[in-house]
Amino acid sequence: MATKLPKVPVVIVGMGWVGGIIAAELTKAGISVVGLERGKSRDTQDYYHVHDELRYAARYDLMQDLSKETVSFRNTMKMRALPMRTYGSFLLGEGLGGAGVHWNGQYYRFLPYDFEIHSKTVERYGKSIIPENVTIRDWGITYEQLEPYFVKYEQMAGISGEKELPSNIGQMSTPFATAAMKKSPAMKLFEEASKKLGYSPYVIPSANLTEPYKNPDGIERAPCQYCGYCERFGCEYGAKADPVVTVLPVAKQSGKLDLRTHANVTRIIHDGKKATGVTYVHTPSGEEFTQPADVVIMAGYLFTNVRLLLLSKLGKPYDPQTDTGSVGRNYAYQINGASTSAFYEDREFNLAMGAGALGSSIDDFNGDNFDHNGLKFLHGANIRFTQTGLRPIQYQPVPAGTPKWGAEFKKATIHNANRVLSVTGQGASMPNRYHYLDLDPEYKDAFGQPLIRMTFDFEDYDRELVKFIAGKTKGIADEMKATKTEVHDSIKQYNIVPYQSTHNTGGTIMGSDPKTSVVNNYLQMWDADNVFICGASNFPHNSGYNPTATVGALAYRTAEGVQKFLEKGGSLV
Amino acid sequence: MANDKPNQPQDESRRRFLKYSGTALGGVVLGGVIGGLVGANVKQTDKDETAEPGKSGTAAENKDYNQALMFFSQDQFTTAEAAAERIFPADDSGPGAKELGVAFFMDHQMVSQYGYNARDYMLPPYYKAEETQGYQLIFKRNELILLGLEAMNQYSNTKYQKPFAEIAPEEQDAVLTAFEKNETGIKDFPATNFFAMFLNLTMEGAYADPLYGGNRNMAGWKMRNFPGNQMSYTDYIEKEEFVKLEPLSLHDHLELG
Repeated sequence: MATKLPKVPVVIVGMGWVGGIIAAELTKAGISVVGLERGKSRDTQDYYHVHDELRYAARYDLMQDLSKETVSFRNTMKMRALPMRTYGSFLLGEGLGGAGVHWNGQYYRFLPYDFEIHSKTVERYGKSIIPENVTIRDWGITYEQLEPYFVKYEQMAGISGEKELPSNIGQMSTPFATAAMKKSPAMKLFEEASKKLGYSPYVIPSANLTEPYKNPDGIERAPCQYCGYCERFGCEYGAKADPVVTVLPVAKQSGKLDLRTHANVTRIIHDGKKATGVTYVHTPSGEEFTQPADVVIMAGYLFTNVRLLLLSKLGKPYDPQTDTGSVGRNYAYQINGASTSAFYEDREFNLAMGAGALGSSIDDFNGDNFDHNGLKFLHGANIRFTQTGLRPIQYQPVPAGTPKWGAEFKKATIHNANRVLSVTGQGASMPNRYHYLDLDPEYKDAFGQPLIRMTFDFEDYDRELVKFIAGKTKGIADEMKATKTEVHDSIKQYNIVPYQSTHNTGGTIMGSDPKTSVVNNYLQMWDADNVFICGASNFPHNSGYNPTATVGALAYRTAEGVQKFLEKGGSLV
Repeated sequence: MANDKPNQPQDESRRRFLKYSGTALGGVVLGGVIGGLVGANVKQTDKDETAEPGKSGTAAENKDYNQALMFFSQDQFTTAEAAAERIFPADDSGPGAKELGVAFFMDHQMVSQYGYNARDYMLPPYYKAEETQGYQLIFKRNELILLGLEAMNQYSNTKYQKPFAEIAPEEQDAVLTAFEKNETGIKDFPATNFFAMFLNLTMEGAYADPLYGGNRNMAGWKMRNFPGNQMSYTDYIEKEEFVKLEPLSLHDHLELG
């Protein structure tokens, strides 16, 4: 029998970026918050010995322990889903700060086009351009409405970037908090080549601080050292913005945050119209607790958000056969695979040096910044060169046709270790009627509860996008004064084995129609007005960008919504 | 060997790192300190140039009492070492898997959480998977590697009448290729899975921090001018020319009591 705890105003499930931001905003406003995190506590001191590629990058030290819970996967509804037994395609964060600890810090506001993708696409091309089964929809919020919340995140995290941005991306009411990242010689080659072709390159906005910075909450941090260990690692300097060094200290200082680690939430308790709290297991003791609350905020990674709704039977599960229901709908990902490698026989670059968000990019072929007439795909990709710090276990560059092992391989990989620059496309992923999340009928987690099941594949329009974007990456690379270039322009089926991207989206999407979306534009659940769900799970599709900027903005929007709800109650829209 | 020099002031660098990080959180800029630290470390390692990475290894004067087997038998170790050497052979650019200690790395990994699949989802049921669904064997990695090494010897004995470690290098390559392509004819053995894991372990053993038993004397890193574990590249990141730094390992950052 679960021990019932005293009721609190707000309980948050998951203490990553979303949970941290909301906790900071609510506690600053004097509202008491219980924060539940199923992993362990963490701080900067844990990363003094973090420059260990084997432990953190190859053995996934910071990631969720899959022996306790994973995701099952199949390409199509005809297949049997099997569990992801070991990491590959994407990495699930766990512990205080969540995936916000092991990110790279690349910061892109989604495009104005993204938020009104359906209207703008139909307006320009007519409905017939939308490929069969593609379920794009407007987000129920516009870029202009979300703009102030982007600003809040940027000021909090100290986001760096150029003063002048290209006109083909969302404009900013307030400049970036800090100056842009330094430019490496390879970035200059990319920018010069792009300009020569008439494109508009800019330095990637970054959450790796570029100068000492004191944010509006009084949190001070020191700058990035370009040490080359960001993605999959925590930052030993606290230079990379993460929840543990930015928002969580603010919430803690308020005295209003009751943070409980090793608290694994298993159910949202509700009567079909309102939630009354959550049930969680304190994992070290196995003891079960009920935490009553006026407001329940789901702030987990998308798999957790969707899974807990389904396990709790809250909201209507999505059914692809009938195209009804909402929970689990519009799962999307990132369409990578378009790239060109530029090989240099005459020079070497300092490629071990870098930062997670060091790089330059263009958006001339992202969103609807180019004419899609005659093309068999929607949206596009941010095309970039990044210098994130290349490490030897996971990076062994060789020209096509080189054997995978042996004398010739060794010679080629050592020769090319610092001689290859990659221009890559990060492609947008369109939602599809048959790409969705539900509960696995067979596989269970360590508590005996069903795993979340993913049904996802690459479609013909994705392959068209990759082919098109690859051509553009080659165009740029060919102008980068390389000895030779090699283009990669095809993807096959989605395969969960090779690492691709931890930009999984959808499942509790936002929108203006309660029938097909889970939350409104305050991220308030249609079916239970005291439940807020926030994260990349709100994205109705995924853009050609990293998701954290938009997740962060939505978290600030949610925090505002929760305050409004606590004041007056009812639906906020 | 670099780590045999007892007077190397590693404690000092550690203290400065702690000081820097502590101060960094307080928000004060100390770019000068970090630059000085990197410079100091480079100088220290410069003095150790007599170490000659390629020449260490099994010679008596370099006897390392911290090095022995945790998992493999002597024969398994010898087979693994011979196979890894063909995958990553010694050449003009530097030492191969054998001299780098790759087989020790593999041995040690096999008793780690990785070898036991401790952080993998291992609950039943097990079904035959599509290629897109990844590893679905009930076998743990440290069971798979033993089967694989045994299968390599079995295949080698049948075809060449000698165990794997004793056949000619070209013959060893032929055996490895048969495993890579799943053309061994050995029934019910996932040769391709084994080979992929073995290949992966070989590269990890060549390039992981030396603390794991491979990449001896950081020679794997030196070959490809990888600087290992450095505190800061702020002063170099904009430089046009290629900057060669003597690598540092995690040992260089350890505060020894």
